[in-house]
Amino acid sequence: MEKNYAIESNKLSIHYGHFTAVRDVSIKIEPQKITAIIGPSGCGKSTLLRALNRMNDFVPGCHVTGELLLQGQNLYGRDIDPVEVRRKIGMVFQKPNPFPKSIYENIAWGARINGFKGKMDDLVEQSLRSAALWDEVKDKLQESAYALSGGQQQRLCIARTIAIQPEIILMDEPASALDPISTLRIEELMQELKKNYTIIIVTHNMQQAARASDFTAMMMIDDQRAGGVIEFDETKKIFTRPQDKRTEDYVTGRFG
Amino acid sequence: MKQENITAENKAFRPLNLARKISPAESAIQVLLFLAGILSIFVTVAIVYELGKEAMLFFTNPDVTLGKFLGTTKWQPGIGQYGIWALVSATLVTSFVAIFISLPLGLAAAIYLSEYASFKSRSILKPILEVLAGIPTVVYGYFALLFVTPILKAIFGDQLQVYNMLSAGIVMGIMILPLISSMSEDALSAVPRSLREAAYAMGATKVETSLQVVVPAALSGIGAALIVGISRAVGETMIVAVASGSGPNFSFNPLDAAETMTGHIARISGGDLSYNSIDYTSLFAIAMMLFLLTLVLNLISQWVVSRFRERYE
Repeated sequence: MEKNYAIESNKLSIHYGHFTAVRDVSIKIEPQKITAIIGPSGCGKSTLLRALNRMNDFVPGCHVTGELLLQGQNLYGRDIDPVEVRRKIGMVFQKPNPFPKSIYENIAWGARINGFKGKMDDLVEQSLRSAALWDEVKDKLQESAYALSGGQQQRLCIARTIAIQPEIILMDEPASALDPISTLRIEELMQELKKNYTIIIVTHNMQQAARASDFTAMMMIDDQRAGGVIEFDETKKIFTRPQDKRTEDYVTGRFG
Repeated sequence: MKQENITAENKAFRPLNLARKISPAESAIQVLLFLAGILSIFVTVAIVYELGKEAMLFFTNPDVTLGKFLGTTKWQPGIGQYGIWALVSATLVTSFVAIFISLPLGLAAAIYLSEYASFKSRSILKPILEVLAGIPTVVYGYFALLFVTPILKAIFGDQLQVYNMLSAGIVMGIMILPLISSMSEDALSAVPRSLREAAYAMGATKVETSLQVVVPAALSGIGAALIVGISRAVGETMIVAVASGSGPNFSFNPLDAAETMTGHIARISGGDLSYNSIDYTSLFAIAMMLFLLTLVLNLISQWVVSRFRERYE
């Protein structure tokens, strides 16, 4: 029997007008694992990540070719509603971007628009607990989310993503704007979350990829400035026995 | 001049001077900017002073009492009737109609332009909308009288008077529409893209994102647009002078003819007025009242907006 993957791409390419930004990515993401996407600046890591839940739809001139399969359905198929896709594949951004609403409302809003009918108070508490934020905010749920620190805001953003119960959570350098302690808390949180969710994270930080991820995709641009995945394997293999010379140079810091 | 090589040795022997240096150009510009700022304050103070001085002459007239001024509803200074409400009512009705028309339409146009329109359609629609702002108000006045009133007549029949507050208010609403929409659009466009992305990434539709995330975040700017719109409506003169009627009439029925405060000032000051007559000084009392009315409406809308706005950063 064929193995079940959380999401798989098949010759996925992302174009801006006539320019190809990411070419022919074919990867299979394991469920309930953390997959890191690493590579030098401008190699298309974020572009690829944003293609996975169709956030690139908002970029004028951007179009995608190839296949992206979630449970057998091509997310770029003709009859696919991108809104439904994003309900199943949530995203946490580089800079914390809570809504300018109360902490409570930040979580309740997403659940409400997605038709949540249960007890909202319970969902809010449960989501905040899952994001390891409950103890810090339980006494000030009605205060503005902007009263929180950067690290707390980012965990709030994770909490509101959990609240709509997606299959996959995409994280676009979620800790790059945070201090080392907050970064560590986010990484610990990711280890908790992977029990229930598939996580795909873009990171600049090689140690973070090595520490926190199970699988690593190494991206690099080719001679036409299109990014592509040059190596995709278990993280410990990528960092100890890389097959590609370019990967080895990059992970050992000898990138030129 | 010979270029000196910057080496550690050279640097060490260069004299160090950290003393404050006086730059005349810097100070001159600072003074100029300060004067520009103070000028608008000075003009406001001068207007209030002049209004107050002349209005005092009116209120110190033995015939006039504050109770009569604020407590009665007939305005005919020539025969001793000084009820300001006869004029305030018309100003309130026309302004309310104008805001009732322009706020929803202007906001809808702003949401379309900022959230929905493609770059191309925005670049066509926005200039067209702004043409509305360039039409002289006297043209709007006759547009109200000769175009809008006949249409309203067909709807309301004989209940509608030839000069009426409804027609003037509607056209005033059209006049301030570009103001409201362009200020609101600026406020909506200023909402960071990251907030929209956050909403979309949670499976929000475009409508949910626009109305429940972007608009609340832009509420302070939309409120500013509302305040400017109200002030503009309350102070508008030509449209109401032409289309709303030329006789004080205490009525809150928009189908009636009634003269607004501004319309009255324009009409009376256009005739022969002897200085120090009661008619003359009464104009300043009306203007003072207009000033206060605008101030109060501004304060109310500011309070409403600060109550509901969602502050980002």
